[in-house]
Amino acid sequence: MPLPWRTARLVGRADETATARTLVLDAPGWPGHLAGQHVDIRLTADDGYQAARSYSLGAPADGTRLELGVEPVTGGEVSPYLADDLPVGASVEVRGPLGNWFVWRPEQEEPVLLVAGGSGVVPLMAMVRAHRQAASTSAFQLIHSVRGEADLWYREELGRPDPALDVRFLYTRKAPPGSTRPAGRLTAADLEPALKRLTPAGTVYVCGPTGFVETAADLLTSAGQDPATIRTERFG
Amino acid sequence: MSSLSPGFHGRRRSTSLTDRLPPGQYPTESFPVLSAGPTPRVPTETWTFTVTTETGEERSWTWDEMLALPQEESVHDIHCVTRWSKFDTRWRGVSLDTLLDDVETTAEYAAVHSYGGYTTNMPLEDLLDGKAWLVHTYDGYPLSPEHGGPARLLVPHLYLWKSAKWVRGLRLTPDDEPGFWETAGYHNYGDPWREQRHWGD
Repeated sequence: MPLPWRTARLVGRADETATARTLVLDAPGWPGHLAGQHVDIRLTADDGYQAARSYSLGAPADGTRLELGVEPVTGGEVSPYLADDLPVGASVEVRGPLGNWFVWRPEQEEPVLLVAGGSGVVPLMAMVRAHRQAASTSAFQLIHSVRGEADLWYREELGRPDPALDVRFLYTRKAPPGSTRPAGRLTAADLEPALKRLTPAGTVYVCGPTGFVETAADLLTSAGQDPATIRTERFG
Repeated sequence: MSSLSPGFHGRRRSTSLTDRLPPGQYPTESFPVLSAGPTPRVPTETWTFTVTTETGEERSWTWDEMLALPQEESVHDIHCVTRWSKFDTRWRGVSLDTLLDDVETTAEYAAVHSYGGYTTNMPLEDLLDGKAWLVHTYDGYPLSPEHGGPARLLVPHLYLWKSAKWVRGLRLTPDDEPGFWETAGYHNYGDPWREQRHWGD
């Protein structure tokens, strides 16, 4: 059976950063999904013209509710419309869930390191939330690299103390006052303490722009992490 | 007012372009990178490409031996299942017809293997008759590691995940053996013009 396109209604929109949004859709008939999966969104203009793109789901399955993270691309055909113009109450079509590789399942018991570059945090956030929801006791660490504090996604939720999650923010351009780490790109030294805690052989999920993922994956393999334990998802 | 996405206008394209764009795709000028794990770094000094038949016979080429085979320049539109298409990409490499020329086989399928462990599958006939290449040069430059260098498969008439990066060989098999993405939810064949993206499409 081909995956059907389903009509989904926008029921809410929240700002994550000055440009990025979380969109909440209600998709009747949604079959559920795994943390880390994505959906295709299809828009239809009045004259029938259609355009489809993929978006990561930022939250684990919750009935017919889907949470998407949208970072508008300047001059983009679909993302600026989704981020700012699609009216709440209006509909799009969704198809999914898609992707059975970049996923975390609650039955996974090994320690996990999540490495996010910018909006790459979206599918990783679904894993964090699924981990919390399952009351999993496996060790979870998140390294979230952003330009500055204003670019942090899920700021409040990730800022809250959580005994089941170790969060570290890395600032590449502007570190907030009081930071001990100067602003700069991800380095081997940033990953070293996290990798020490990842033993025995944990899984690393890396998501972000291509350059970020290439750098992170190279640093991880250079530090001795088995490439077979590193899963990547790239955009751009 | 339409019941779907009110106020969406999108970007219509000229017919000359849409004729070349499979359904559900959009054109891009950039060259996105998509892969399941870290980029393997494969030195050409140790690189080999091996064809193994269903009877276990092997034929291997070192990097220099592969470069000594007849080379072809070709230009293709490529289509990624994640919906981007890129027009007029320019490649240089060896036709699979050349590599499989004196290989004795009655196998109907090929299992493609890559450095890094990636696999993909397709009917053998999709690799023959000028439909597939082992490429090492993109747009006049050595193929970069993130795009599959030193050498990748190029099967432009199928979605790009069939064009295995960091390819190390083919195993010819009587039975079809779904590969990495094919077992993880992607369509077994992957024809962009029929939108064969996922299981059941």
